[in-house]
Amino acid sequence: MPDTMASPEPSFHTERSTLLAALRRVLPAHCLLAEEAELRPYECDGLTAYRALPLAVCLPENEGQVVDVLRTCHQLGVPVVARGAGTGLSGGAMPHAEGVVLSLARFNKILRLDPVARLAVVQPGVRNLAVSEAAAPFGLYYAPDPSSQIACTLGGNVAENSGGVHCLKYGLTVHNVLRVRVISIEGEIFEIGSEAPDTPGYDLLALLIGSEGMLGVVTEVTVKLVPKPELAQVVMASFNDVAQAGDAVAAIIAAGIIPAGLEMMDKPATAAVEPYVKAGYDLNAAAILLCESDGTPAEVAEEIARVTEVLQAAGASEIRVSQSEAERLRFWAGRKAAFPAVGRITPDYYCMDGTIPRKRLAEMLSAIAAMEQKYGLRCANVFHAGDGNLHPLIMYDAARPGEWARAEAFGAAILELSVALGGSITGEHGVGIEKINQMCVQFSTPEIEAFHRIKAAFDENGLLNPGKAVPSLHRCAEYGRMHVHGGELKFPELERF
Amino acid sequence: MVLDDLVTAIRAAHDARTPLRIRGAGSKDFYGGLLAGEVLGVAGYRGIVAYEPSELYITARCGTPLAEIEAALADKGQMLAFEPPHFAGATLGGCVAAGLAGPRRMQAGSVRDFVLGVKLIDGTGQVLDFGGQVMKNVAGYDVSRLLAGSLGTLGVLAEITLKVLPRPLAERTLVFALDEAEALNKLRQWGAQSLPLSASFWHDGQLWLRLAGARAAVEAARGKLGVMPDFQPASVDAEKHWISVREQTHKAFAGSPLWRLAVPGTTAPLGLDGLCASEWGGGLRWYAGEGEGLRQSAAQAGGHAVLYRAPESRRCLEGAFAPLSPALLALHRRLKKAFDPQGILNPGRLYAEL
Repeated sequence: MPDTMASPEPSFHTERSTLLAALRRVLPAHCLLAEEAELRPYECDGLTAYRALPLAVCLPENEGQVVDVLRTCHQLGVPVVARGAGTGLSGGAMPHAEGVVLSLARFNKILRLDPVARLAVVQPGVRNLAVSEAAAPFGLYYAPDPSSQIACTLGGNVAENSGGVHCLKYGLTVHNVLRVRVISIEGEIFEIGSEAPDTPGYDLLALLIGSEGMLGVVTEVTVKLVPKPELAQVVMASFNDVAQAGDAVAAIIAAGIIPAGLEMMDKPATAAVEPYVKAGYDLNAAAILLCESDGTPAEVAEEIARVTEVLQAAGASEIRVSQSEAERLRFWAGRKAAFPAVGRITPDYYCMDGTIPRKRLAEMLSAIAAMEQKYGLRCANVFHAGDGNLHPLIMYDAARPGEWARAEAFGAAILELSVALGGSITGEHGVGIEKINQMCVQFSTPEIEAFHRIKAAFDENGLLNPGKAVPSLHRCAEYGRMHVHGGELKFPELERF
Repeated sequence: MVLDDLVTAIRAAHDARTPLRIRGAGSKDFYGGLLAGEVLGVAGYRGIVAYEPSELYITARCGTPLAEIEAALADKGQMLAFEPPHFAGATLGGCVAAGLAGPRRMQAGSVRDFVLGVKLIDGTGQVLDFGGQVMKNVAGYDVSRLLAGSLGTLGVLAEITLKVLPRPLAERTLVFALDEAEALNKLRQWGAQSLPLSASFWHDGQLWLRLAGARAAVEAARGKLGVMPDFQPASVDAEKHWISVREQTHKAFAGSPLWRLAVPGTTAPLGLDGLCASEWGGGLRWYAGEGEGLRQSAAQAGGHAVLYRAPESRRCLEGAFAPLSPALLALHRRLKKAFDPQGILNPGRLYAEL
């Protein structure tokens, strides 16, 4: 396995016995874990390559206990890492070796579901899919559907601003959350947003969603529910050339169509998936597109006809339209199983999350092909094509010396190219600890300083999830020494050491 | 005008601690609190920087008139889905800084839902780039969206990138004779179905409903709703009607002082005097008059009231916007300080303390 990461900067020194004694005063025994064997399951999140063992794990059962834990940590100057289901892919919930993990797993109740107002008030430990399941009897559902939706929780979704395959039409978490209740590191309770539109003051909801546990701890989330469409159908199109498939995506959008989902998989991805799922994918195609339409039957028929026409004009070699709900789910099953399918053909894989303008897709894919040669590793590509969010899956074997380092360098190269092509290092997985260096590529000193000032406005001593999401300028200076772009050194104003 | 002109002006004001009043076309001078400081005209910093229909974004400088942007979008069959008011020549910067959306808000979302990126000049004259031109971007805090509705108190939104959407293929307007309670009731029922409702407007016993979307969906919805006994043919041109709602030139908005109440859409009639209109499926309600008890009633319903059109002295005295809790206000002040340490940008426009 890869090395355990040292604690990310900045450094803290916590007296373990003092901390545990203080936590025992505010939490019952069954809400506090401190034995190594109990702590071990918390040492990483979905990104297993980065690990650290916390000093304690707190499992509060009510909001008062969350307030007490935060106040205690604030008083003692101890780092706090909030955690939902731990399915995140960027190490955002990786513990701090000198700190505590604050698990919201026991906040697992749907507090209110109002089918008339079409909203649900849930605790942060409620699973994403559980919200849609609870809303289903009313013909409603919660739209954001990250692929981990059977396990991931709403609190984590808020922290990461999670997306999913339907966000082109239905939006990200930020578009589907109306209100959160947040506890600051000082234990102060804030109500942010409301069920009414246009909450007065700054749009703090937008700031908190996607803030990766750096600004506060969420104890309640109010989400929008939307009526479940009467019908959904998928068009599956094959292309002999990935560039052609990329152009077809742009052509669909240019034709004024916003599909419910628009996904692409390249040949290595379909080859990995098909034996596993038997979705019926065309294994001769260089890439396949899945384009979903939803709405009333008449609406879907109209849109499917338009999509089919555009795909034909774009040079699709084969087009199939799902003829039943079972077939639609089978077409999607392959896409949804892409990660585990790749996991079957390689000991380890490393999933990237860059976004690029759609029109640069072909360029990106040919660059990735060249990188496969350079780093000596294979890569399968699945792609939320509709919104330009690429998930290259870099295959490696952690047991072989040097392979993880090559995979990491390969991933960094993809992210930095995403920025160079006009995109972003992360579309939906978050920065966490994983992409902390690439933040220095996407942003320059003034923005990073502004992020630190925002952080300080919420958490002056930097105790919430330290070392994640926003790099220190010193880290950027160190990283910049390795990455000189176009002969220009980033952060020239900083001392070098 | 170039970006450096704005940077230079703000730096100078920062050094001299001179308050600045950021102003585009001035179409929303009436909105918010105090108008204080030397006018920093930004209308001259204008022009569309990039527009890529197939990437669904447009980037333009703050002084660009909305009319120019919407014309460019209409050329390619696209639109600003939040349907912002233009008033008298509104610019993009003011549109996003004020965060006011129009009738389509109930279907498409608010201004901030469409903000993808902002080039900001903060209160020290630094140029900061947040967000970008891609639909999904979770690197760093989402400052671009935070700026929507900040009324220029955190910086000049020098360049803005918005997500754009295709225009609906079909639109239909239906009118029903319903009183306030019946209208709210119907809207609640319709909202739970997959109907393509893009706008609602109730005034004086009439509920106007706009359907927008795929042809088949609009026709199916029209078939479903058009058989109601309360159905009436529209008395005026539907497009003109919705423009008069968006621009608030409709007679429903003529009262003064005019209050804008945002409440959960399912809130029952508040039973207060002065109701002149409601929009957004019941989420936005307009009242004219002195506004006795409006703030309390809105808050009790889980919403808030804005003193929307009233003499400046009154807006300053009472606060245009509902007051924040002490903890939230303190947080706002810290954020304000993070972007504008000298407090020179639009002081008092959002809250007296900012």
